[in-house]
Amino acid sequence: MASIDLQNITKIYRDAKRKRDLLAIDDVSLSVQPNEFLCLLGSSGCGKSTLLNMIAGFEKPTTGTVTVGGKPVGGPGADRGMVFQQANLMPWLPVWENVAFHLRLKGWRKADRRSAAQEYIDMVGLRGFENHYPAELSGGMSQRVGIARALLLNPQVILMDEPFAALDAQTKMDMQEELVAIWQKQRCTVVFVTHSVDEALVLGTRVAVMTSRPGRIRELIDLDLPRPRDITSPRFNDHKRHILNLIREEGMQQRSVAAA
Amino acid sequence: MTALTKSWERLAVPLFILAAWEVFSRSGVLPQALLPAPSVVLHTWADWITGFDESSQANSGRWLADALSSALRVAAGYAIAAVSGVALGIAIGWWRWVERTVEPTIQMLRPVPPVSWIPLAIIWFGIANKPAIFLVFLGAFFPILMNTIHGVKTADRNLIRAASMMGATEQQLLRHVVFPAALPSIFAGLRIGIGAAWMLTVTAEMVAVKSGLGYVLWDSYYFLRYDLVLAAMASIGLLGFATDGAIKLLMSAALHWQHGSTLQSREG
Ligand SMILES: Nc1ncnc2c1ncn2[C@@H]1O[C@H](COP(=O)(O)OP(=O)(O)OP(=O)(O)O)[C@@H](O)[C@H]1O
Ligand SMILES: [Mg+2]
Repeated sequence: MASIDLQNITKIYRDAKRKRDLLAIDDVSLSVQPNEFLCLLGSSGCGKSTLLNMIAGFEKPTTGTVTVGGKPVGGPGADRGMVFQQANLMPWLPVWENVAFHLRLKGWRKADRRSAAQEYIDMVGLRGFENHYPAELSGGMSQRVGIARALLLNPQVILMDEPFAALDAQTKMDMQEELVAIWQKQRCTVVFVTHSVDEALVLGTRVAVMTSRPGRIRELIDLDLPRPRDITSPRFNDHKRHILNLIREEGMQQRSVAAA
Repeated sequence: MTALTKSWERLAVPLFILAAWEVFSRSGVLPQALLPAPSVVLHTWADWITGFDESSQANSGRWLADALSSALRVAAGYAIAAVSGVALGIAIGWWRWVERTVEPTIQMLRPVPPVSWIPLAIIWFGIANKPAIFLVFLGAFFPILMNTIHGVKTADRNLIRAASMMGATEQQLLRHVVFPAALPSIFAGLRIGIGAAWMLTVTAEMVAVKSGLGYVLWDSYYFLRYDLVLAAMASIGLLGFATDGAIKLLMSAALHWQHGSTLQSREG
């Protein structure tokens, strides 16, 4: 099991076209314990994806270090499974080949890949769609293929970038339950990006509320609510009220900065 | 719609042109020898193929050999162009340093018409198969190369991210992501290339080779056999059509995953 450590991370995007630099992340330090389920909560454009991409190894921090399981992150790797904001499936491969893509890279034989994929296809409820191509799937189904694909890596760390944002309320609830069950079973560390307060409170063991651009950690909130989470309980609502207040203050500060 | 009405749709225009041509040619506005009627062309063509009445004189019964020698030149030059065009295209599209070092040279050679290489091709390779194969290669290479480069450059970066998240090495990325992602473009290049390949075989045969459909075409011109000229033209058209059809079949097999996601799949 792996912990994640972010130390004094800043990220500046160089904008060569507009000759202007953009400070996306400003001095973020954060450590995620093994088997923790951390939700990163923040408004659009505050740098959530940027932070996640740095843990995944797709982006390098401008300053600061990212370590996963004690080792500095040098680039992407199969020890960190990622579920993207868009499903990003290979359109030329059927569902089962997408799920088992990692095994294809490892040179497994077709029959072995096929049977290994089945377990994860069943887990995300896509039995019967094994031979469909991504163009024949709905948005929610594609997203589930992306989740199965990440789970098959059996990674120490799962990074999820608003994976349920495009789903309807019912499917979203089912998938959230499914995800918590998988996390409890696999005992992995999860970093889950969302802009939904409810989603963060339903899923996380901890919520990191981010400020608007440049992204900083505004507050870390421990959630010791029993599972399955009851979204009507007073304690749930206390947390919700507190976080909504934080977000409202944040919005007011943004506006006064803009007005000045 | 039934299959019968569908094939009728396809044949209507060519049949109309043939009928009008036959009538015009028999009307005597032009001397018959200058514009032979389709029936005459067909007759000569049949003899060229089967040799049943020697109406195509020295060429009688030699069609298969002529067609085969042209087709083999196309096949050889095209195969070399396809393999090298796709390989170099992927390298140029993927590695910046290859692009910087190779691309300017390519872009300078590309506007030079392949036909203008004929003198050098004859000097280098003599009068035989080789200059024709060289010309076919030149004609097919550039469209295949340019389309491959385009396909690689427009590959979805997010798919590459997804694959490297799953532990793909650079070589695996090229093989399992970049190549299949570029395949629709590569096939577009292959189809342009096959047209260029036939054009250049015929050109080369008219100038630098003493066999093949293009040679018969040019030779018949000297002997005022315009019926044979037309039969040769029709043969080239048919063979070009057939090879393009073969590539189209290959394409729809390789790109079957696109069915249902593109405009093309609209026609039932
Ligand atoms: N590759 C990039 N180049 C330049 N600027 C970028 C790049 N990626 C992100 N940014 C900028 O960095 C900021 C943070 O972007 P990021 O994608 O991390 O936001 P986010 O919190 O994930 O937003 P959302 O919830 O809308 O996905 C944005 O202002 C964005 O314009
Ligand atoms: Mg994002």
